[in-house]
Amino acid sequence: MSKTNQTNSVVKWVDDRLPVFTFMQHELHEYPTPKNLNYFWNFGSLAGIVLVTMIVTGIVLSMHYTPHVDYAFDSVERIMRDVNHGWLIRYVHMNGASAFFIIVFIHIFRGLYYGSYKAPRELLWMLGVLILLLMMATAFLGYVLPWGQMSFWGATVITNLFSAIPLIGEPIVTWLWGGFSVDNATLNRFFSLHFLLPFVIVGVVVLHIVALHTHGSNNPVGIDTTGNDDQIPFHPYYTVKDLFGLGVFLVLFSLFVFYAPNYLGHPDNYIPADPLQTPPHIVPEWYFLPFYAILRSITFDIWFLDAKLLGVIAMFASIGLLFILPWLDRSPVRSARFRPIYRQFYWVLVIDCFILGIVGANSPDDPVFSGLDGFQFIHLGMMSTAYYFFHFLILLPLLSVIEKPDPLPASINEPILGGGGNAALAPGKPMEKP
Amino acid sequence: MATTGEETFESQPQEGETRRDFLTLATGAFGAFGVGAAAWPLIDQMNPAADTLAASTTEVNLEPIQEGQRVVIKWRGKPVFITRRSEAQIEEARKVPISALVDPEKDEDRVQKPEWLIVVGVCTHLGCIPLGSKQGEKRGEYQGWFCPCHGSHYDTSGRIRKGPAPTNLPIPKYTFLSDKLVRVG
Repeated sequence: MSKTNQTNSVVKWVDDRLPVFTFMQHELHEYPTPKNLNYFWNFGSLAGIVLVTMIVTGIVLSMHYTPHVDYAFDSVERIMRDVNHGWLIRYVHMNGASAFFIIVFIHIFRGLYYGSYKAPRELLWMLGVLILLLMMATAFLGYVLPWGQMSFWGATVITNLFSAIPLIGEPIVTWLWGGFSVDNATLNRFFSLHFLLPFVIVGVVVLHIVALHTHGSNNPVGIDTTGNDDQIPFHPYYTVKDLFGLGVFLVLFSLFVFYAPNYLGHPDNYIPADPLQTPPHIVPEWYFLPFYAILRSITFDIWFLDAKLLGVIAMFASIGLLFILPWLDRSPVRSARFRPIYRQFYWVLVIDCFILGIVGANSPDDPVFSGLDGFQFIHLGMMSTAYYFFHFLILLPLLSVIEKPDPLPASINEPILGGGGNAALAPGKPMEKP
Repeated sequence: MATTGEETFESQPQEGETRRDFLTLATGAFGAFGVGAAAWPLIDQMNPAADTLAASTTEVNLEPIQEGQRVVIKWRGKPVFITRRSEAQIEEARKVPISALVDPEKDEDRVQKPEWLIVVGVCTHLGCIPLGSKQGEKRGEYQGWFCPCHGSHYDTSGRIRKGPAPTNLPIPKYTFLSDKLVRVG
């Protein structure tokens, strides 16, 4: 593509030597984007903005936080009470973590529905799964830092997951702790890593965007763009649309930050950590609940593998299999709009994940419905865990073979020009027509 | 919208200010205000916190301080020099003609009670702590304080007399709670 027409001589001078302006012109301005993207395509840029917000507020918080078992809790309380606007910055950081996961989960399910993981975007998808893993690690490490009861016991339980590994499990846990329990050494390294990982995420996000811009965005119809009739420049069309989405997000986010800042948290984390007293009911943050449910759903041994190890394997596998998703789903059609059977099972998977979340939030032995004591959350958890793996490992490969997709339009532009046809396929009718 | 696309396009003025210009400017201004409002907490958090501000007064018992003795106390993390001056030292400070001073200021204006001189013990040049408060330390040519970093000499009123420092040692806010008790800050 051609160089930018620069009128400013300073810009021209810099651009000749370091083509940052040309780069921005290509990637943020004229970058050709499918013209039929719906609002589900807002969540990528939104996630990026939240990542920046988390890093900025996090750096600020680290200016006031003390990573020592004797001072951590008090330093967080000092941030809440004494530091200028400290309460606001911490609540933005706390709720920002939840917002980040909501956005990323929607972003992932967008990809699942419209087949964004299929060729040629497999690496784009896999980098995204890697970002999810890094986010989970970062969120876990960050949750430990306030050194409340949930911080401490969350750290104890999650680090103990590694003790399930045969033979080397115990030494690994001791190594993670830097001692014989979660203690000051653990807190110090968690703080260090919590500071480091967001910048690793930034690095992977850059790769994610490079991969995205190589083949461009997928779109709701899921077919490749065929020319300029199918595309519009990123700016001003999608910059404005992304900014509008940001505004809507900030309204919702502000409602949480200012009116219900602790709604998504657990009150026990406002009790200082006590290594001699476990809270009666410990739950992870909401965004870990489905995975927590899978962990607890394996209660049986298989051959020489005990339930503890199998639970850990199942939990990691639930994310790990997303890496191979592009090769599990071999259907050549991307968008679920043209996949009548997949479309229905997609929604079953969404509901399944919500059920897993509910299971993760409840005690395994409690009955799901009061009065029906035989059916406990552990049973619901086993069923929904089974469906989760069935969906990815059996159903998707099977559908690739047996499903007959609906006919695809010849281009993104065609359903619009054709006038008639399926109204649902016509994305964004021209505004002026009644 | 009632107008057709064609009409809207035709009726757009090609030059001068348009409705769109106004909307763009108004949106930009509103957005800039929002960004500023969001940035302010991130900047202001580096200012002293409430607990730091609350810890900014120090009470000193003057009872044990002898005539001619100097003590150093810590206030807001900085040293404050408290001197119980002798008659001779007060005399010394007051006989200097105002015109001979780098930063002209009468000794009477620098003390609440002539006996007690209370100054912030930070050299006004580049922030070192001048010598002279302890027995045997060099007090400089004017028998006040002497800054070892770049050689500023202060007199018995804490005023700069010689050297690179531009102004006298500052006087902190202080109140005599009683004859023998002072609160600095």
